[in-house]
Amino acid sequence: MAILEVRNVNKRFGGLQALNDVNLSVEQGSVHAIIGPNGAGKSTLLNCFVGRLTPDTGSVMFNGKSLLGIMPHEINQAGVSRVFQTPEIFTDLSILDNVMIPTFAHRDGAFKVNWWPRVDREAGTQDHAMSVLEEIGLADKKDVIASSLSRGDKRRLEMAMCLAQDPKLLLLDEPTAGMSRADTNATIELLQRIGKSRGITKIIIEHDMHVVFSLADKIAVLAQGTVIAEDLPENIKTDPRVKEAYLGEEAEA
Amino acid sequence: MKILTNPSAGVDTTMMLVFVVAVLTMPFWLTLIGAGYPDLMQKFVIFGLFATGFNILFGLTGYLSFGHAAFLGIGSYTAVWSFKLLGMNPIPAAIFAVAVSGVFALVIGFISLRRSGIYFSILTLAFAQMCYALAYSVLTPITNGETGLRVIGDDPRILDGIITSGVNPSTPTVNLFGLDLTQTWVWNGYYFNAGFYFCAIILIIGSYIAMRIFRSPFGLMLKAVKTNQNRLNYTGVNTKPYTLAAFVISGMYAGLAGALLCITDPLAGAERMQWTASGEVVLMVILGGMGTLMGPMLGAGIIKFAEQKFSTWGKTELHEFFAFIPDGIRDTVVSVASLFVGSGWHLTLGLVFMLIVIYLPGGIVEGGRRILMWASGSNRRNRKLQAAAQAAE
Repeated sequence: MAILEVRNVNKRFGGLQALNDVNLSVEQGSVHAIIGPNGAGKSTLLNCFVGRLTPDTGSVMFNGKSLLGIMPHEINQAGVSRVFQTPEIFTDLSILDNVMIPTFAHRDGAFKVNWWPRVDREAGTQDHAMSVLEEIGLADKKDVIASSLSRGDKRRLEMAMCLAQDPKLLLLDEPTAGMSRADTNATIELLQRIGKSRGITKIIIEHDMHVVFSLADKIAVLAQGTVIAEDLPENIKTDPRVKEAYLGEEAEA
Repeated sequence: MKILTNPSAGVDTTMMLVFVVAVLTMPFWLTLIGAGYPDLMQKFVIFGLFATGFNILFGLTGYLSFGHAAFLGIGSYTAVWSFKLLGMNPIPAAIFAVAVSGVFALVIGFISLRRSGIYFSILTLAFAQMCYALAYSVLTPITNGETGLRVIGDDPRILDGIITSGVNPSTPTVNLFGLDLTQTWVWNGYYFNAGFYFCAIILIIGSYIAMRIFRSPFGLMLKAVKTNQNRLNYTGVNTKPYTLAAFVISGMYAGLAGALLCITDPLAGAERMQWTASGEVVLMVILGGMGTLMGPMLGAGIIKFAEQKFSTWGKTELHEFFAFIPDGIRDTVVSVASLFVGSGWHLTLGLVFMLIVIYLPGGIVEGGRRILMWASGSNRRNRKLQAAAQAAE
């Protein structure tokens, strides 16, 4: 069953056709990678899923519900979490508070003036946040202020924040961008681990082919705003159109 | 790596108890530093409440409003109208002041919060100046313009008019079910004022509520708004109602403070809404420590204390103060220092403010924390030295 259905999406910025009739179908529980050269429209497409951009035409259906024209927080409440290219975390707060916030958002909804109970007496939420931190390997740093984390740890924290919400769909925008080989491998291992136990559907935008082929069940190749191929990883590897799209770009560069 | 632990419930309870004792014993310890006058103490408490509420908006969400004096003024006008129409009991006056300023805050906040940063500040400033203009001239029938709104003898006062009108019709005073709040008892040179204690109890309740908000999931969301609103939106949180709620709550605190200002003197004037008054509360919060629980109250106290002291000083006081300096130099010192006192005391305030912002952005609370850390650090060093000395023996 497809959890995310993208049909005939077009997006134009002035004279630039950023997305040209994009179709995409993401299976429940699978890992779907979107690859493509720079400027292919990957981030534009992702922004259409989270409410930051609205396509000019076409539809984006998540679990049978349209994601178009609704606010980012409503999309998140529907079960879509997002990891940003540069980690977006609450830098002034402790690691634990960083994970408590999405846990509260998941429990209390988009807005609740819950002003009487103390955060440190919310045992259920606290335990949930701690179990996620355990899983991600940040439990021993729970009182550390988030701004003092390494880049790799910030990324892990951001993933913990997403996982704390039990999302149905996790969007990852270049999760290993700017990481060392070791950090990249750790991230791959982490993504493999967290997905399996929870059955979360993942969409990964990535440049690093090593990451893509280690994780993806299915790969969509985007070039100049169009999906030129959508297939299993082994078929994508040998697809001549994909080679052309990448080599052509490299030749120009 | 920097560690950040939130105070536990026990620490907060202790802090609250110390605070309650400190507030209730203010007539004793403030007299020691020459500030034990009922008027001044009442100001400490009322502006402490104002700053505490302002800190819920500014300290937690980071939204800097330059228009909160508008709510202070609205609270005052509402309270005086309550005195005029209902009677001199401060409780309905306070309730109405909170409700009316809350409604104004809802409208002003709803519009101003469409923008953030400097544009938000400018919008709140514009609204406050509009409120000032309305109160000063446009709405003269309601606000009595530049003369100010006051309680007079033949006001209807439907709840207590009949009882008191015969007694002292020209100067009715605020009373809490018969207890005259302008009354002061003197004991051994200490002043115990009924109005002060009324305000002090409200301050204690207000600070307790602020503490609950600070430590609650709601408060955590407000801190998250300050840190990263973008992430919060993508975390399923609608930030707009959170900021609006913080704005309304802080507006209500301001309105309550405005009502309390009318207790000793049931008079509301437009100057209370001027932008300088809005700026003053910003100074109080930054000076004390924005985002800290007790900082804003400290800031309010220090500014009101300094205002009282420096603005009344003149050359005579300076000569006494610098008595230790030899005569020849003293005159020069005094003439330079005299620029910073009396009507020029704002220069002192400006200097102190600059020093705080540059060297101690966390305010006085941050300063205290640094001193504590330094002291405990030097203790640890001492202990280490002792241990080393023992090992050497």
